[in-house]
Amino acid sequence: MELLTKSASELASMLAKKEISSVELTKAQLDQIDSLNPKLNSYLSVTHELALSQAKQVDEQRAKGESLPALAGVPIAVKDNLTTIGIPTTAGSKILQGWVPPYDATVVKKILAGKMPILGKTNLDEFAMGSSTENSAYGPSLNPWDLTRTPGGSGGGSSSAVASMQAPLAIGSDTGGSIRFPAAVTGTVGVKPTYGAVSRYGLIALGSSLDQIGPVTRNVMDAAMLQDAIAGHDPMDATSLPESLGSMTEAAKNDSVKGLRIGIIKELTGEGFQAGVSEKFSEALDLLVAAGAEIVEVSCPSFQYAIAAYYLIQPAEASSNLARFDSVRFGLRVIPEGAATVEKVMSATREAGFGPEVKRRIILGTYALSSGYYDAYYGSAQKVRTLIQADLAKAFEKAEVLVSPTAPTTAFKLGEKQEDPLAMYLNDIATIPANLAGIPGMSLPVGLAKEDNLPVGAQFLAPAREDARLYRVGAVLEKLLEAKWSKKMMDFAPELKVN
Amino acid sequence: MTEITPELVRHLAGLARIEVTEAEVAQFASQLALIVDSVDTVKAVASQDIVATSHPIPMANVFREDVVTPSLTQQQALSGAADSDSGRFKVSAILDED
Repeated sequence: MELLTKSASELASMLAKKEISSVELTKAQLDQIDSLNPKLNSYLSVTHELALSQAKQVDEQRAKGESLPALAGVPIAVKDNLTTIGIPTTAGSKILQGWVPPYDATVVKKILAGKMPILGKTNLDEFAMGSSTENSAYGPSLNPWDLTRTPGGSGGGSSSAVASMQAPLAIGSDTGGSIRFPAAVTGTVGVKPTYGAVSRYGLIALGSSLDQIGPVTRNVMDAAMLQDAIAGHDPMDATSLPESLGSMTEAAKNDSVKGLRIGIIKELTGEGFQAGVSEKFSEALDLLVAAGAEIVEVSCPSFQYAIAAYYLIQPAEASSNLARFDSVRFGLRVIPEGAATVEKVMSATREAGFGPEVKRRIILGTYALSSGYYDAYYGSAQKVRTLIQADLAKAFEKAEVLVSPTAPTTAFKLGEKQEDPLAMYLNDIATIPANLAGIPGMSLPVGLAKEDNLPVGAQFLAPAREDARLYRVGAVLEKLLEAKWSKKMMDFAPELKVN
Repeated sequence: MTEITPELVRHLAGLARIEVTEAEVAQFASQLALIVDSVDTVKAVASQDIVATSHPIPMANVFREDVVTPSLTQQQALSGAADSDSGRFKVSAILDED
């Protein structure tokens, strides 16, 4: 157990000093998965043999004295919307049940090149559409802090795995908050890098102008090391940034916020936020101020349109992206009775293979893109994007980073919002603007809310390409909080009783 | 309140190639009406002279060297297909008999 609670950076250094072997560590992780996953449903598939063979290989290379990447031998979980050769990839959907991709996502290739044993594929809302994992065709994942609550979504499998020590590291994808919201409600760290910082090649697309892959970890340094391992230009992704954003690992070594100007976003505080969330958020800011940071208030009035714009753009892009599930090249095929044309086969397959939220969004996106509505809806939503970028640019003139709570509430109960799609959408109020603007965001745990003793996250935002600023401020706040608590966030977590 | 009629839901589902049951039509019609009402606020900026942003990080002329690189074999490309024949994807009739 002791090994399991260590951070990835600690494990990496123990591995480098040969105090532990990767096989030993990977076996311990797999045992933890075997005992917890039947209850928590964090993983959709567990790759025992693959993980152990990768671990064995890295141990052999280390024994020979080969030079190895920073996280070599540290096991990792991968969200099940990234393609993996030889490992089933479902995206949480029935339409892809049993599909084994013939190619690896670029991020998966980088993980393999980084010598991180892959433990398995984690659960998600179907095609990453959701904030709770309740839209997964394979059942929800549970929050290890309270098994009746959501671990967030769409990346609830990754957050639940990392928070329950079923993996020290995980990969997530964030279209409207799917890395940051799950991090906030499970007391973990989640980062959405700048759009284009990490290749999207092999990520099963939801909203192509919004999607970004990033790290899910238990501390800031681990997230920095993982972002460094997966970032970089990729010719296979035309939206991939050509330039390097520098070393996040170096940024996470920062120990001072003296003189740093932090902007509180007026529109994302106060009303509508749970009292305990606001309280922990303010306490975190007090620590930063005491350490020499300066707090300024900034206003982003166009954020009032952010959710509306997002729920037009994202379904519009999704309706187009999901056209590829046509029953021909991969996935399910359902043959209806009677004289079946390819079109009827396609419609019957999509009816049987997609869940209600996916159908709802495809239909909504089709509506937003249809002639007569296109300008009013999709066109206006794109204008909102411009306004949000302008608001943020102005705010970043006054502050190096912006801050808000990551989510209005702590983890909600499973089932609580399932019948009300709008209530579910409102959850993403603080996370969506970063995706619309393409800027990086980090959610960092800042304590437990007084009402329910559940984790609260603070979100930091930085201008595009300035991801390093998030790690600089995140690393300092994490240290300040741990000094205040005299323990780590995860030490507050209740003991898991799964039997 | 925006009216999303059952006919409109059927029409949109048809465009999206999704068969829908009567129960789904009824459910989606009422849910979509609420959602469309709430996203309606974006229309406030419709008439304003603002440039639309379709891509968050502006990029132009993304080229790569025009060289042949390894790609999927025919067998790999067909590996996920529901049906194939002579190295090709196999589908049902494209046109109705009538």
